[in-house]
Amino acid sequence: MSEPLLRVTDLQKAFGGLTATDHASFTVEAGTITGLIGPNGAGKSTLFNLISGFLPPDGGRVHIAGEELTGATPAEVAAAGCIRTFQTPRPLAGMTVREALLIGPQQQVGEAPLALFSRPAAVTTTERSNLEAVETIAAEFAIAHLLDAPATDLSGGQLKLVELARAMLARPQLLLLDEPVAGVNPTLRNTLAEHIERLHAEGVTCCIIEHDMEFIMQLADPIIVLDRGRVLMEGPPATVQSDPRVIDAYLGGG
Amino acid sequence: MRTSGVDEMAPPLLELAGVDSGYGEAQILYAVSISVAEGELVCLIGPNGAGKSTVLKTVFGLLAPWAGTITYAGAPIGGEPPADVVRTGIGYVPQRRNVFGSLTIEENLQMGAVARDDDGSAVIAGLYEQFPLLADKRAARASTLSGGQRQILAFARALVPEPQLLLIDEPSAGLAPNTAEEVFAHVEAVNARGTAVLMVEQNAKRGLAISDRGVVLDQGAVEFTAPADAVLEDERIAELYLGG
Repeated sequence: MSEPLLRVTDLQKAFGGLTATDHASFTVEAGTITGLIGPNGAGKSTLFNLISGFLPPDGGRVHIAGEELTGATPAEVAAAGCIRTFQTPRPLAGMTVREALLIGPQQQVGEAPLALFSRPAAVTTTERSNLEAVETIAAEFAIAHLLDAPATDLSGGQLKLVELARAMLARPQLLLLDEPVAGVNPTLRNTLAEHIERLHAEGVTCCIIEHDMEFIMQLADPIIVLDRGRVLMEGPPATVQSDPRVIDAYLGGG
Repeated sequence: MRTSGVDEMAPPLLELAGVDSGYGEAQILYAVSISVAEGELVCLIGPNGAGKSTVLKTVFGLLAPWAGTITYAGAPIGGEPPADVVRTGIGYVPQRRNVFGSLTIEENLQMGAVARDDDGSAVIAGLYEQFPLLADKRAARASTLSGGQRQILAFARALVPEPQLLLIDEPSAGLAPNTAEEVFAHVEAVNARGTAVLMVEQNAKRGLAISDRGVVLDQGAVEFTAPADAVLEDERIAELYLGG
């Protein structure tokens, strides 16, 4: 068996006396859309923070594509090909939406000062294609009319769409999405799902935290269920949805 | 979709008439007229950026209306600061950054008592019974709560002044299915005890299901307003706003 793209081993994190991550271990295999669900306070976002370098773990290890990144900085994790989004994004003050989106694409030729002189044509070409990619995704996400607006002018849901678009433009190896459809209009939910599926078909591995069951159960396989900081179970959507423990701790209704 | 006990002849508890509002130079609302009757539950739906949250912020005094009037219980409140609005009996549950992270859960709830004449301890005790999660963590800092737990804390805090009208911005966003159901049940229960509710909700079908009336906002203007079941059954509305 090949090395999983993400391996989390025995990860631990406490805030004061509160255990948020309790010896959590799981893997995300390359080429999957893996769902991460669980009750509020189960430690889902904390896991993303530990993986993406926004919080240092108290114990355990994180490997991405075989490389140990335990305690690495967010920049190091991003350089290793892992990009994450936030549940409640903040606007990039002083930027237009277009500028905020242009941060997304990675390895822009023009970022290397020398290339500006030695390969100006290449710089122009990538910049033009990045601009086109920004326009395309903005149109799909219904934010095209906002491209020239200050990023601080957006509503909560629009900010979310900008952040998702930016992360998707980065085309990372591993994309961690924290509640992509919370606060997003239901009519755009399907567009987002299609976009995630397209990225997936192009080889991007996704790990998605989401409470919208219709969305996640259609999109993801496997589903990992987290409860009280540890993995409660893992399996295909149908198995997870019919598991009495999951119904009891999370889905409700019975 | 329910039988409403709303008296349609009585003057509305809250009335926005021809309200324009926005941020800085950006106009978001255009001549918005919405009313909420006493004891009524109204669900405000629409695309991202339609101005739904702006309606709530303008009612609560976080934004001053540029034009039009806002009347609450017969008195004008448009442009009054939030500290005064909350004393008139309006509670507000914001969408984001809605708790004080450095304060404990208990202190957050006590903040809600600022608009009360007493210290609110009896009401807070009752809220602990309704929300056992908050009781368990009463001494913990709110910053240790998850996103969903913060939502519940913000909701509970807004109930401390025992408002006559509750403005709620996306109560189910970020909540686990069972927790979202609990919150909707709490909204219904609060409403059943007589508190009017103006609620913004992206989970429009779920929100409308507990509402008397639905108001569709699009590009800052009221597009449609009707009994909640009529909104749910309107095919054009379903396609445009409810995700089919």
